[in-house]
Amino acid sequence: MTPQTVDVLVIGGGATGAAALYDLARRGVRALLVEQNDFTTGTSGRYHGLLHSGGRYAVRDPETAQECIAENTILRRITPFAIEDTGGLFVATLDDPADFPAQWVTGCAAAGIPTEQLTPEQARAQEPALTPNITAVYRVPDASVDSFDLIHGFIAAARTYGCKTLIYHRVTQLIHEGDTIVGARLEDTRTGATRIIHAACILNAAGPWVSVIAGLAGIAVEVKFDRGAMIAMNMRWVNTIVNRLRPAADGDILVPVGAVCVLGTTSVMTDHPDDYRIEPWEVSKILNEAEAVVPGIRYGRALRAWAGVRPLYESPAAHHNDTAGRAVMRTFSVLDHAALHGVRGLVTVVGGKLTTCRLMAEQTVDVVCQQIGVTAPCTTAREVLPGATTRYHRLDQRLHRLEHGETPGELICECEMVTRPQIEQAIAAYGDQPVALDDLRRDLRIGMGPCQGGFCSYRAAAILQEVKGHSALETNRAFAAFVRERYQGVRPLLWGHQLRQFYLDELIYRRTLGLDWLTGDYDPHENVYAEGDHD
Amino acid sequence: MTDNAQHLIDLTAFTADHCLKCNICTAACPVASITPLFPGPKTVGPQAQRMRLPGAPSPDHSIDYCSGCGICTLVCPHGVRVMEINTQAKAQMTATHGISLRNWFLSRNERWGRLGTPFAPLINFGLRLWLARWFAEKAVKISARAPLPRWAGYTFRGWWKKQVRQHPRPAPASDAQRVVYFHGCSTNTYEPHIGKLAVAVLEHLGLYVEIPPQTCCGLPAQSNGDFKAARRYARKNIAFLVDYARRGIPIVGTSASCMTAIKGDYQHVLGLDDPDAQLVAEHTYDFMEFLAKLHREGKLPTDFHPIERELPYHAPCQLKAHGMGRPALDVLDLIPGLRCWEIDADCCGIAGTYGFKAEKRAIAETVGKPIAEQVEAASAEVVVCDTETCRWQITSLTNATTIHPVELVAQAYGLTVDRYTPPVTARQM
Repeated sequence: MTPQTVDVLVIGGGATGAAALYDLARRGVRALLVEQNDFTTGTSGRYHGLLHSGGRYAVRDPETAQECIAENTILRRITPFAIEDTGGLFVATLDDPADFPAQWVTGCAAAGIPTEQLTPEQARAQEPALTPNITAVYRVPDASVDSFDLIHGFIAAARTYGCKTLIYHRVTQLIHEGDTIVGARLEDTRTGATRIIHAACILNAAGPWVSVIAGLAGIAVEVKFDRGAMIAMNMRWVNTIVNRLRPAADGDILVPVGAVCVLGTTSVMTDHPDDYRIEPWEVSKILNEAEAVVPGIRYGRALRAWAGVRPLYESPAAHHNDTAGRAVMRTFSVLDHAALHGVRGLVTVVGGKLTTCRLMAEQTVDVVCQQIGVTAPCTTAREVLPGATTRYHRLDQRLHRLEHGETPGELICECEMVTRPQIEQAIAAYGDQPVALDDLRRDLRIGMGPCQGGFCSYRAAAILQEVKGHSALETNRAFAAFVRERYQGVRPLLWGHQLRQFYLDELIYRRTLGLDWLTGDYDPHENVYAEGDHD
Repeated sequence: MTDNAQHLIDLTAFTADHCLKCNICTAACPVASITPLFPGPKTVGPQAQRMRLPGAPSPDHSIDYCSGCGICTLVCPHGVRVMEINTQAKAQMTATHGISLRNWFLSRNERWGRLGTPFAPLINFGLRLWLARWFAEKAVKISARAPLPRWAGYTFRGWWKKQVRQHPRPAPASDAQRVVYFHGCSTNTYEPHIGKLAVAVLEHLGLYVEIPPQTCCGLPAQSNGDFKAARRYARKNIAFLVDYARRGIPIVGTSASCMTAIKGDYQHVLGLDDPDAQLVAEHTYDFMEFLAKLHREGKLPTDFHPIERELPYHAPCQLKAHGMGRPALDVLDLIPGLRCWEIDADCCGIAGTYGFKAEKRAIAETVGKPIAEQVEAASAEVVVCDTETCRWQITSLTNATTIHPVELVAQAYGLTVDRYTPPVTARQM
């Protein structure tokens, strides 16, 4: 295969990589983004949806707080289609330290975060679900952001400038010429085929995997992996983001995003960038903490749970004795390996927040441009992404579009209101590339509602078969893979409502549709499964 | 769990949390199966509910095609209050876009009944004119085929006042002998004989009947999304009735739909769940439910004259919503010779004011077709039904005479009232 040449190769299809691709595109740089899975499958997709005002960092991490409020304002301007302007509240209860609100107000003022004190009555008039035990409450300009829409927006905008992307390709080798990285060898994770990309510079935005990439260049980047679990509740218990007004701890945010309310998070140090375990104590902890702010929420329907891994980084110069995740600053670092390690052609960005993804991209691309001799300044903060709508996203938009014929056709995913033509278009967008149902989930949210794919997964599988001309076995396997994936999300929450739903779904999949027989994984004579599907 | 939390989870909107998408409600919905204009109770109910912003206008107008019959709520195995969610969304729509002249008109039936009474002959004549109906359909979109009631020319309340004046009654020894009768608007102005028979039956049972001031139950306004008016009516009724409820005096009514409004909708649809509303709800009974209860307690005299008839019975959706079985059939079963059989159909189609609307009339007629077919197959001339609009609808679909079960009970007790010819007579012994 003939090597392909680009100016810059961006590694990582998360928020930072996507924003960097867009930034490079606007500076007239020919760039290619490579992602080992689908876009938004790493930390950015395993996210709670909070566009920080910075209030959460106002006391302990003023730098991050300042970055957050500045970027919050910019993202509202340039990516309104992904943002719902819910506003945010910081709520202190009787259980929280009484001296904290005063420190916090000072911190916010210093960081430039506007706060407005409300009376508990005002707060409860706005959010009736809040506890009566409020001691102090402030309004801040938090918002909720759909990270899938945000990243797709950046990618689509970069494409309008001619930049390209390659998903399901993993970087297996960096190509050296002396002390300079000149390209990378990529492997197609689905076919095993390899290809070589030559680039004047590589931008390493691989999130928790940055040290793996840097390692390919023989450079050690010490990343701490901080795992956090989140739970999506079926209904929007609150319509304003609710933060606990206390020093950051487990389970102190409630984020209304889309049709759900996300409760988060925990902070557990782990050794692996892809450790997505959720331990039972995490589920209990999150629900109990949320219960203190919104009484009764524990008894509501928890839809799915997931975990993400925050890549935390502290430069070797910094001295911190405390190694726990929350103690590490949430700001980011751009590592110019030419200056630090004498290796040209590789720049790594690590740490940070989704809220600051644009700023991280800007500063990293500045270093990259310096190396490749591009002098064009960053212009990403200026205007709405090309091709995107300029209105804030709103919860009721999907219902409105469906009702007013803007999304015609049969309703396939009823919970998330996705129609057949939408699915067909999404499949077509992959061209001749393979498409998994889980890719369509990230594109369209199919299977993410209350029934967790119970009613739409087999319909979507059938459409995929029609459009792609798959064999029956391929279709059944795609269906089975999706069912397995969804099961991962409900497994930590199998009680009450979701247990009922799960049982109904199982009866549909396994009894009515005979999924285990269809995929050839189950031997009815031996009553065994060929693969460990039932973990 | 604190009371606050329990309260929130019990709110109608939060019952959408229980939906497993099983489609039982959609399969049972009488409207969804016959028109593509209504995507079904699950779709516009718990499903759409997740996508609605509280306080924001509901973007889905197809919800207007929900008839509000409540069968969805009844069949849901998980406790989703589907119809209630839909009605609240409709109200949100009305609050945003305002109420149409036609829906406003249909919501104020109580007013037209009262104001029209002195002009009954004129109105009754006028409304039977083809031209008048055609004009009403074109101008206000009230279907020319919809069954309109006849004004009686006098009001039940007027009759009662005169009755009390002419025949003063000794006050009972205790509140245990008192009963409050809620007549509803239809009985007051269109079918006063039902009220007169109900009073006769209650007095025959030795009860001291009280008929306090009352207004429209609010259901027509509620179904048309006018919650402001519905709540106004509801609050008035609660104020009129709460003292009786506090004294433990049962409140009984012959319109099963009015009674379901007081019993359930005030709380679950209109959101009035203060202690007074609950107290009134707890003491409210459908008339036949009350008789069935007395029978269970051994307090219902069963010295009925035989009625040798076989009659079809239709249980209105609003009656089913009480979740009390079929008390009318239980009581009518006690009458010797009388064999009432239940029509195998869910809804007659009228659903309060729904079937009066021009754009919905055809739907209402198709929904009611199975009833018409069974009544015709049985060659029945009389159909028994607990709710007025259902009776009018069945009459318009079948040409049969429709009666309230109290008419049979009164006959079997040998009770008669003035200006009333029983369509079914008991054999006097």
